[in-house]
Amino acid sequence: MLIELNNIEKTYFLGEIDVPVLKGISLSIDRGEYVALMGASGSGKSTLMNILGCLDRPSKGDYRFENEEVGRASGDRRAILRNRKIGFVFQSFNLLPRTSALDNVIMPLSYTAGKMSQQERRERGIAALKEVGLAERMGHYPSQLSGGQQQRVAIARALINNPPVVLADEPTGNLDSKTSIEVMQMFEKLHESGITVILVTHSDEIANFARRQIRMVDGNIVSERNGQ
Amino acid sequence: MSFLNTVFVALKALRRNPTRALLTTLGIVIGIAAVIAMMEIGNGSAEAIRKNIERMGANSIVVMGGVRRVAGISMGTSSWISLYPADAEAIRKECPSVQHVSSIVATSNIQLIYGSNNWVPANITGVDVDYFAIRNWDIEEGRLFTQHEVDNNARVCLVGQTVLRELFGGKSPLDTELRIGNSTFRVIGVMKAKGASMFGGDEDDIILMPWTTARMRITGRSNGYATNTTRTASSTPGAIYSGSGIALYPSQDSNLSNDYMWNPKFVRINQILVSATSTEKVQDAVREISLLLRERHHLSDDIDDDFRIHNNADFLNMMNGTSELMTNLLLIVAMISLLVGGVGIMNIMLVSVTERTREIGLRMAVGARSRDILKQFLIESIVLCMFGGIVGIIVGHGTALLVESQLNWPIAASPSAVIASFAVSAAVGILFGFYPAWKASKLDPIEALHYE
Repeated sequence: MLIELNNIEKTYFLGEIDVPVLKGISLSIDRGEYVALMGASGSGKSTLMNILGCLDRPSKGDYRFENEEVGRASGDRRAILRNRKIGFVFQSFNLLPRTSALDNVIMPLSYTAGKMSQQERRERGIAALKEVGLAERMGHYPSQLSGGQQQRVAIARALINNPPVVLADEPTGNLDSKTSIEVMQMFEKLHESGITVILVTHSDEIANFARRQIRMVDGNIVSERNGQ
Repeated sequence: MSFLNTVFVALKALRRNPTRALLTTLGIVIGIAAVIAMMEIGNGSAEAIRKNIERMGANSIVVMGGVRRVAGISMGTSSWISLYPADAEAIRKECPSVQHVSSIVATSNIQLIYGSNNWVPANITGVDVDYFAIRNWDIEEGRLFTQHEVDNNARVCLVGQTVLRELFGGKSPLDTELRIGNSTFRVIGVMKAKGASMFGGDEDDIILMPWTTARMRITGRSNGYATNTTRTASSTPGAIYSGSGIALYPSQDSNLSNDYMWNPKFVRINQILVSATSTEKVQDAVREISLLLRERHHLSDDIDDDFRIHNNADFLNMMNGTSELMTNLLLIVAMISLLVGGVGIMNIMLVSVTERTREIGLRMAVGARSRDILKQFLIESIVLCMFGGIVGIIVGHGTALLVESQLNWPIAASPSAVIASFAVSAAVGILFGFYPAWKASKLDPIEALHYE
């Protein structure tokens, strides 16, 4: 198993009130799966995704990633995991402004331990941009790219360290339906190449691209369905 | 993340907003420029003073008359012409730390006439043969006067470069007859150029002659032709009341006065110029001279010196002290400016951290650790300050060069100030960049990613 969640709970303490967001989630995701986490806002899907992405720690429960307990790992260890094992794609792209597409793509490499020459980095960045079909736009700034192109640059950035998992949080939230389909085709390609893709979305249409849909309500998984 | 890479990222981040980076560093630029300009100008002055002192003879000592008080009113330095030629002889013979001794008889405001030209030099000075060794001053042509000429009040003189130019039009004056006041002198030599003194006076505007001659012919009025134009610079109250001088101011050292029956102005000398055997021996020589003169002038322990001793070591210390004080004061001002500049850096770094919260969140999401973020912002702040420092060094050096070319002030480049400026700007960057960087590194990546 790539990801194993066992009875994960997450509670936020807002002053004197405890707000339970996740109420005991157990979930396994295998290598190469294509999963959609669905739910209305406030259902806890984003919190779950933050925990899956090692950005947040669970209050209770175990999270094993490649058989390593990471729920209680140190900040530095989780930073390394985020760098090497997990690619993030955000709703708002989160590209650095006034920074070329190529520089945006290779940015995570500067936090990767081990010697890598600038030349090597550039080559890897160009390869990743080719993967998403934007090699000829590598010198462009984000402001010179369309929304769909920006999201593809973000996908290239997520892939730069060849992670086993790509987490996408509402990747089409800021895109129109036509470019949404383009981006979803990218994820399809990733899935076909063996990468585990986890989508977080509130849209059934987008979730339908995934092979497995997990629906959440009020911090619990209420239904699971396999197949498109 | 490697250091070079971090610097590279920092430079890129700064390049995204060059105007702001420039304005932010203006405080640092001004501070560093001020430090550099101050140090270069200050060093230049100190160097000029040192050279001047060296030219004057670093181990020379001047003994001059004391302060005369008349009914409680001080007449100022050298108002009391209390030194005798015999004092000079005694110093020469009895002080072991003394190398050369020269009596000095100083006058001024006396007209020179050569042919149809006339000129009033700044100084007409009577000196002894050792004077030239003490002052480290050589002749350009002709010869110095001899002991024999000193002993015989010979009417010979040496002219300075300014006098040569003004009176002789640059032509060789050797063996010509020159009228000084009411006496005729033979020019036997021309002194080398000495340049401006440290007070701006022209040291080449001078006539040198044997002190005995100066005493007899120039200040002593021995020829009896005292005219209205002939005055001595060292006029004393005694001179004004010359007729009744002895009655008004009974001579303090009566036994010496018995040896010399003449008017004190005629007998006494203005200064004694002494050189110590070495610079280290200057203080010893001063002590020896002081003891000797007190004994010779019969001063009991409760009476103040009737002479003053100045040496260049005091002078050097004083000048150095003054310029050091000024430099230090200006450095403090510059430091305050750097501090203000540093606060500006901190302010803009805090703004930058807030502005780039999402970027920080993103960097953390893709694997930056807290210390990577800390390092990045710290280096950004240091790079900003160092950039300001470099610009400041250039501006400061440019200002110093401008001062040199426009005001003719001497400057001296100061490598230590340049290194210190680098260090200080880096330190300002660390000091004032740390808090914003620390704040950035403590951001929660989830909140930072969704910061609007």
